[in-house]
Amino acid sequence: MTTRPIAEDDLQGLVDERLDATRRSEVEAYLGDHPDARARVARMVALREEMRAAFAPIAAEPVPVQLNLSRIVEARRRPARPAWQAMAAGLLLLVGGAGGWGLREVVLPVPTGIEALAQEASTNYAVYAPDHTRPVELVAANRNELASWFSNRLKRPVGVPDLSGSGYRLMGGRLVATPQGPAGMLMYDDGHGARFVMLMRPMAQPGDAPMRAHTSEASNGYAWAQDGLGYSLVGAVDPTVLHPLANEIRRATAKAI
Amino acid sequence: MTDMMRLIEPLIPALRRYARALLRNPTDADDLVQDCLEKAVSRWHQRQADGDARTWLFAIVHNLAVTQMRQRARRGTHMPIEDTAEANLAVAPTQESGLRHRDLMTALDALPEEQRSVLLLVTVEGLSYAETAQVLAIPTGTVMSRLSRARDRMIQLMDGAEAAVPAKRPLLRRVK
Repeated sequence: MTTRPIAEDDLQGLVDERLDATRRSEVEAYLGDHPDARARVARMVALREEMRAAFAPIAAEPVPVQLNLSRIVEARRRPARPAWQAMAAGLLLLVGGAGGWGLREVVLPVPTGIEALAQEASTNYAVYAPDHTRPVELVAANRNELASWFSNRLKRPVGVPDLSGSGYRLMGGRLVATPQGPAGMLMYDDGHGARFVMLMRPMAQPGDAPMRAHTSEASNGYAWAQDGLGYSLVGAVDPTVLHPLANEIRRATAKAI
Repeated sequence: MTDMMRLIEPLIPALRRYARALLRNPTDADDLVQDCLEKAVSRWHQRQADGDARTWLFAIVHNLAVTQMRQRARRGTHMPIEDTAEANLAVAPTQESGLRHRDLMTALDALPEEQRSVLLLVTVEGLSYAETAQVLAIPTGTVMSRLSRARDRMIQLMDGAEAAVPAKRPLLRRVK
């Protein structure tokens, strides 16, 4: 039996382990007689391992929310902005152009009450949910510490809802600033890279406010108030997922108070 | 739809890795993968049903990355290696491995783009030579010659001139 001459492609194939058993033993026999080629192949194998090791950690990282495929599919399905909204935006532009900057508070009122809370929650979601390094300041293991920290700073008893029954794990929380003072933010994840945040702070108005849906460019949310404490749950998921969760939290916090 | 999810989702970590290895900036790389996924979702029905989802997705990421690198080069804003090497490490390096890592990244950056992508797809992503050829839309023979040149160049850059690998090369010819 005659052996095909060993070619450069065979050496590369050996390095990448792409040769069949017969060819591999032929190439190995060749290397046995050619120490220079043997040394070169060994170095190429070492390089292969170095490269794999250098880049392996990236694939082991959790996939960020922005790359959540369900979310990307969902965003495509969401219908374009309704015609009346586009018209209203056009009108605002027109008024803005005619009336100038001084009119901005008339046409774009500064949100108050539940709307302000909803906006604060969406803003904080946008800042903290994509954070890989430190999405929360105090981790979930310190649930009691988290509750007493929030209660202390919000100057009223605040609970930390447990959503594990619905499949959402508490990651932890942090205190955030709002124009109305400190707010407690909790973050949950669903184990597949999707995160929710819940923001809580005392409202200027005592009493309850009914639950309202709100939406921003990157997220959906539900906000409500209960006994003077405002809540807003925000996530980049469909309202059909978020709404039952918001209801569950409202039930749980009603019991706790 | 579920078929698409099932085929694409497990590939996202590898797509992120390839994008980051090419662009070297984590934020740019994730933005690029997001573009890729959006394209993939909108063009899924255009994909050949018998085609391989992995090579199809890697080709999308690759083409987007090449476009972006060319734009960067035109703008003349090349990121200094010092800023990126450690920022790209998912795990904090020990001193020694950090230096080694930096040598590797420096050498990789010094490769021509066409050799770098072949080397990454074959060694890091584990694509076959034929799959690599398909992703890059080049003949398999070109994959082989670029791979061989990329490895010799990397070793030369990392080990210094004394490695002198190419001197040994004339012993072997590529046989088609």
